[in-house]
Amino acid sequence: MIGFLHQTLSGLATGAIYAAVALALVMVYRATHHLNFAQGEMATFSTYIALSLIQAGAPYWVAFVLTALFSFVLGFALERLLLRRFAEAPGLTAVGVSIGLLLIFNALSGWLFGFTVKQFPSPFESGGVVLGGLVSAHEIGMVGVTLIVLLAVYAFFRFTPLGLAMRAAAANPASSRLVGIRVGRMLALGWGLAAVLGSIAGMMVAPVVFLDPNMMFGILLYAFAGALLGGIDNPAGAVIGGFAVGVIENLGGAYLVGTELKLTLALIIIAAVLVLRPAGLFGRIVVARV
Amino acid sequence: MNARRTALWLFGAALLVAPAFLMSGYRLFQLTSMAVYAVAILGLDIVTGYTGQVSLGHGAFYAIGAYTGAILMTQFGWPYWATLPAGGAAAALVGYAVGFPALRLTGPYLALVTYALAVAVPQILRARALESWTGGAQGIVVTAPDPPAFLPLSQDAYLYLFTLAVAALLFLLARNMLSGRQLRAMIAVRDHALAAEAAGIDIARVKTRAFAVSAGITGVAGALGAIVVQFVAPDSFAATLSIALFVGLVVGGSASLPGALAGAAFVQFVPNLAETVNKSAPGVIYGVLLVAALYLMPSGVAGALRRTLPARLRTSTSPGKATPLPNKGATIHVD
Repeated sequence: MIGFLHQTLSGLATGAIYAAVALALVMVYRATHHLNFAQGEMATFSTYIALSLIQAGAPYWVAFVLTALFSFVLGFALERLLLRRFAEAPGLTAVGVSIGLLLIFNALSGWLFGFTVKQFPSPFESGGVVLGGLVSAHEIGMVGVTLIVLLAVYAFFRFTPLGLAMRAAAANPASSRLVGIRVGRMLALGWGLAAVLGSIAGMMVAPVVFLDPNMMFGILLYAFAGALLGGIDNPAGAVIGGFAVGVIENLGGAYLVGTELKLTLALIIIAAVLVLRPAGLFGRIVVARV
Repeated sequence: MNARRTALWLFGAALLVAPAFLMSGYRLFQLTSMAVYAVAILGLDIVTGYTGQVSLGHGAFYAIGAYTGAILMTQFGWPYWATLPAGGAAAALVGYAVGFPALRLTGPYLALVTYALAVAVPQILRARALESWTGGAQGIVVTAPDPPAFLPLSQDAYLYLFTLAVAALLFLLARNMLSGRQLRAMIAVRDHALAAEAAGIDIARVKTRAFAVSAGITGVAGALGAIVVQFVAPDSFAATLSIALFVGLVVGGSASLPGALAGAAFVQFVPNLAETVNKSAPGVIYGVLLVAALYLMPSGVAGALRRTLPARLRTSTSPGKATPLPNKGATIHVD
């Protein structure tokens, strides 16, 4: 029973990471109807920036904020300078460009920062035994930070005029443009925010899985599974889906398939959702009028 | 077919056969594996280039074909040539099963589920439960076939010619399949699904069939690859293989048979050249060229050549890329 509880709690902890990345994916999907396969590699790249800042002597939280800012600028600039040019392109082009970015960021991480696996510091090391040793201090901190960020994102979209404008631009670009919303700029903001979410997920998960250029490869897959499970166009659903996938992955890995087939579990979740409920648990069913 | 075209075809065939007698060793092996890649990319082209359904998991079908071939040869004593259709059939079956749920839906779901397949397959191949079949992380060593006694050829030269023959056969089959009604249905599904459906095309069936055929051809390439490389192991089939095939398709030119050849040359030779610069260089070059190709020459190398070659040399009847019609229509959301 203790083992079960332990697995569930640490599943929730990794689930927080999946939730953050899943939310980033959903934000981009809602605005563009394309999946960003480069989201994970962009996050890895940002995490390397954070590590460089810390090694250069910056205090952890300063490096954290600077990295988030850097990621925002990176995402914003990518949309403005590159993705904009492919806005009306068919599906093959959209997937192709995001795969291209995946390759570029993956290779750049290795090129600039080396291929060796690196340790990443955690700001939550000091705490001793927490909750009877069921979870580590870092896991608690990781969930805490992610929840704060998710709440901030929620508040931003729910209560600020800019958030409202971004939601409008995603839901109905043509009408939004008519009421004076700069739709293109909102899209770039969305990319920036998604990159920030990814970078925070990367910095939080790096102390657990260690940092190397392929760190986010598997995590991106779980995040996709989470986003799909919750409904690919539903932000709240993606967060719930992310946590659910974290728990399923941990319990499945411990009791069903063993750790060596954990990635297959993500494949099974994705296939099962597509067969049983393609719109996800909380997604809308899209009906086209001919 | 007029005399000029016949001469052109003969010249092309001679050009392809010549390396078997002029080259040897590693050079020839590179050409052989380029032919294998060409078949693999041809498979991907059918579903992604012609039917417009993006697959990021064709490395997985390649792996299934390779393992099926290797297991049949080493554990069941099948002759090497008989493993090719078996590898193709196994990959087509898996492709049908995986693709069916995603292909019923509109949206990027096929890319997603095939990406998951590509990431998961190396783990599955390494799994302990399948170790007695797959050899786990060690993989399977395959013995290369000897040339038939009546042919005075080295093993390398024979392997090259055998691969070339299989590739030529598959390209011919694909050329025949990609014609007439079949081709028009696939292109209609790619360029305007709504109009295709209104014209009475069963979209889900066209997509699933294209996907199964596509996975099957890439599976044959995998079985061929196992014979050529004489070794299969999980690490050879990482997700990077799927991505390399995809990059080859786009850079070579999608929806074009010569494009598959150009893509294969790219996948075979560019990473080797780039790696001499830096370990990361292949990734950067792949990525930059992929984005650049999508932006500057959406029909790839093959399309760019087609536009520059004089008209009488154009033998391809490939439809190239049609301008996609706006596929928007009014959508309503139902809660």
